[in-house]
Amino acid sequence: MINYEAVIGLEVHVQIKTHSKVFTRVGAGFGHEPNTLTDPVVLALPGTLPVMNKAALDAIIKAGLLLGCDIAPVCKWDRKQYFYPDSPKNYQISQYDQPICLGGSVEIELPGAARNLMGEHKKIPLTRIHLEEDVGKLNHHATDSLVDYNRAGTPLMEIVSEPAMQTAEEAFAYLTSIRNTMIYGGISDCDMEKGQLRCDANISIRPVGEKKLGTKVELKNLNSISYVRDGIAHEIKRQLAVVAAGGKLVQETRDYDGVAGTSQSLRSKEMAHDYRYFPDPDLMPVHVDEGWKAELRRACPELPFDKQRRLIADYQIPYTITSVLIPDRALSNFFEATAQLAGMGRSQAVGNWITNDLLRELGAAKLPLSASKISAANLAALIQLIDAGTLLNAAAKEVFATMFATGEAPVVIVARLGLAAAPTDTGELEAWCRESIAANAKALAEFKSGKDSAINAFKGPIMKAAKGKANPKLVDETLRRLLAEA
Amino acid sequence: MSQPAELNIDRVAELSRLALTPEEKTRFAAQLGSILGHIEQLAKVDVSGIEPTAHAFPLNNVWAADVAQPGLAVSAALLNAPAQRDHMIVVPKVVD
Amino acid sequence: MSAPLHFQTIAELSAKLAAGQLSAVELTQAIIARTKAIEPRVHAFNSFDEPAALALAAASDTRRSAGQSSGALDGIPVGLKDVIAVAGQPLTASSKMLANFVSPYDATVTQKLQRAGAVLHGRLNCDEFAMGSSTENSAFGPSSNPWDLTRTPGGSSGGSAAALAAGAAVATLGSDTGGSIRQPAALCGLVGLKPTYGLISRYGLIAYASSLDQIGPFARTVEDAAIMLGAIAGHDPRDSTSFKTAIPDYRAELKTRRSPWKLGVPKEYFGAGLDPEVGAAVEKAIAFYRSQGCEIREISLPHTQYCLDTYYIIATAEASSNLARYDGIRYGHRTSAAKDLLDVYQKSRAEGFGDEVKRRIILGTYVLSSGYYDAYYLRAQKVRTLIRQDFLNAYREVDALITPTSPIPAFKLGEKSADPLAMYLCDIYTIGVNLAGLPALSLPCGFTQSGLPIGLQLIGQPFREADLLATAHSYEQAHGWNTQFPSL
Repeated sequence: MINYEAVIGLEVHVQIKTHSKVFTRVGAGFGHEPNTLTDPVVLALPGTLPVMNKAALDAIIKAGLLLGCDIAPVCKWDRKQYFYPDSPKNYQISQYDQPICLGGSVEIELPGAARNLMGEHKKIPLTRIHLEEDVGKLNHHATDSLVDYNRAGTPLMEIVSEPAMQTAEEAFAYLTSIRNTMIYGGISDCDMEKGQLRCDANISIRPVGEKKLGTKVELKNLNSISYVRDGIAHEIKRQLAVVAAGGKLVQETRDYDGVAGTSQSLRSKEMAHDYRYFPDPDLMPVHVDEGWKAELRRACPELPFDKQRRLIADYQIPYTITSVLIPDRALSNFFEATAQLAGMGRSQAVGNWITNDLLRELGAAKLPLSASKISAANLAALIQLIDAGTLLNAAAKEVFATMFATGEAPVVIVARLGLAAAPTDTGELEAWCRESIAANAKALAEFKSGKDSAINAFKGPIMKAAKGKANPKLVDETLRRLLAEA
Repeated sequence: MSQPAELNIDRVAELSRLALTPEEKTRFAAQLGSILGHIEQLAKVDVSGIEPTAHAFPLNNVWAADVAQPGLAVSAALLNAPAQRDHMIVVPKVVD
Repeated sequence: MSAPLHFQTIAELSAKLAAGQLSAVELTQAIIARTKAIEPRVHAFNSFDEPAALALAAASDTRRSAGQSSGALDGIPVGLKDVIAVAGQPLTASSKMLANFVSPYDATVTQKLQRAGAVLHGRLNCDEFAMGSSTENSAFGPSSNPWDLTRTPGGSSGGSAAALAAGAAVATLGSDTGGSIRQPAALCGLVGLKPTYGLISRYGLIAYASSLDQIGPFARTVEDAAIMLGAIAGHDPRDSTSFKTAIPDYRAELKTRRSPWKLGVPKEYFGAGLDPEVGAAVEKAIAFYRSQGCEIREISLPHTQYCLDTYYIIATAEASSNLARYDGIRYGHRTSAAKDLLDVYQKSRAEGFGDEVKRRIILGTYVLSSGYYDAYYLRAQKVRTLIRQDFLNAYREVDALITPTSPIPAFKLGEKSADPLAMYLCDIYTIGVNLAGLPALSLPCGFTQSGLPIGLQLIGQPFREADLLATAHSYEQAHGWNTQFPSL
């Protein structure tokens, strides 16, 4: 029996986060009322012309630098021609034979043997990355379709991998890594629900050892990261089943239905494509010099996996903590800032407080990290108080909750709520309690006669003697014990 | 250089999205045939080592800063729309 | 005795407006009256907005009385070829496809002319989508040549030439992709200027062939052409092919004396197919320049014979792509006979476009299609390099070139409409200029025995329109061709 392996290549479209569109200056965005983000250029009105958006070029070059691509010294614009209602000009401005980024690779991490163990890393080679314009959106109804051109002209990067992945898990890891990298670079928010990250997969199978690629099936509409994994796994299984049943695979495009977990061939009557690419005479080429690249290289952040390795090495924190911190650049930066302020030996505590308590509070309040009132300095101070034994764990949780609500420094909260731990010398506390009871016969009488609140009268002098640092709970307990004896 | 084949009028009309009558196809094919016949002489020009001209006066890095500007009001955007509903363009149902 | 108001120049009329001898409203009314009188015979206009024109004229008079006149064009009625967008006005490209289209935006040249105070009164007929040399490809019927109503005014900017020659505008704008300003200027006895590619913004000009199209003026005199050019030239951030270059005062530059120039006579432009009367008139003009101390040198542009083929590959390829947007979806003609989406495309386009547009879309689609790109489009772009090189080589020897504009004077309407190739040959002397991106103008250099105007073409160096205009001006000053007007 022949053993088969799958070969997967991904075409990933990433919308670039810019204020205006890629070839005109009307605003770009998601969630606006239909056809409110158009101008004469977007609608391809007669006589309109495109003008490049510098920020979109910066973004794709930055993406290329982050992924180790060669940045072409010269690239140009081509028209990809096909008729479709979401494409206002009936051609898409794209890059055909001179894309801006060539080669490069995406580092991926495969699932580890256990949740707390780092998985195997490998590099998936890229073919190219080019810049193009997004198309509008079709809304399908019972008898017709409605077209909204808000999305048309949004800058869109197409990241094309080599056919170098074998499993759905690898594809999933690849997409996750691209998403993390793009978010790190500030290039895109990569929200798949908003269509900011989209993925098509080319999948084929071949006997193990065979060099030639098998019949390729293009799988479309992998609209969420989990659909990418499920859809590809499903397609590989389908192809294996066809071959096992003695059938022959046909080159086709299939649409994956993530809800049903099924796919079907797109058998539209569409004519065979001939895109008739040619250089767009309305646009001039882009020349990228070393100075421009250097400027963008300076703006490049550390890559997520590099940062993860560094956090593990420099802060001695466990993999599980880094795997929560790393996908969120701001969160991992917050960790580093806090850990540096908290000092040696406290990094794991910092990691725990952030990944457990802070994320829980943010989740409950449905707030992003940017809305958190807890500064790195205050969180570091809290951890130092715990470490010094000044705050007991239960009290620390209370202080943290207040910090989250008010943004105050922990010392302020501790003082106000009197949450500081008692002086270590309980003998001293007991002595102060005895003195206070002895000095207030009236309150003693009242307490003995059943007026419980009279106990408060003893507390003032004790706190005064303790300079406010007595643990109120402990004071209360000690007083009650001594009063019972009195 | 490969010798260009006959113009396949059906295929080209299809790519151009032009519904041509049989009479138009015959007429255009004949007219374009004589023009293509004239154009054949370009094959004689020695263009080895010659760079193509895409622009008479090439410039590079012509761009604008990423500053969003107001666009068209929906009413202006749909001013000339042959069919519209709910502020969108209506087209026959697209099967994709 | 001065000419009737409707035949006067911008220079003359702006002096009268400035002196208070004439109001913009009076002038506009005179042009409107003239337009109404000639339009049934000439059919130069696709649309005409009398109330808007009068309102613009009144605003001009108000500005002037407040001492805030915007200059020589303030209050001057100017017509635009119907491929240039004016917000709130029809924009048809003389096509059934855009018969009901109203532009929601202004072309850059429109804004510039409005800022200069021009009274934009109407949109002028042309060949459909500027494809043609006679206006016979207009979906709304051809224009007639005011010098002989049975003849074409030329094309594609025939309406722009006919309106000006007939006195229905004081100046007009056209667009020139392969000769579409210069040839009608020659056939109608006018000055027509195609500026250097990149000098005038194309934003708002309906694209035919993007790498060749350029807007330019029609005027009665070289001085008027200089005034118009000064108003519309300059870099535009909305056109990526627009050039950043200093714009001189073209009108003032006319008076700066040019030292005698070296003029090149390309021998390939005087061969078979040149009408003898046209050839003789151009020879006379060459003799004039020689008499003025210019050195006349015969030169060669060896790739001239390939211009037409190169042009028809590049122009139709770009056109097939530029015209894909006319699909009946967002605007324009939508068929009422569509069963499905494919029908909307195929039938709307079949019904909306005329024959010549269809032919060029088909040719352009073919030359770009898979397997033919290298043999046609890429090769044409390389030959374009050689053609451009020919001109640049010539400019090492001479300062400008002098040629006929059109091989023949105005021909009869219907004479060439059945033979596309014969029609294409009308452009053989003008096409090379577009391929090389150079500035060139046509100016009147005489009449045939039957009274048809003859045009002389001067081809200049890139972005040196001032020199070109000055060279033309010196000829015009010594001849009175533009003081004759058609009788209609």
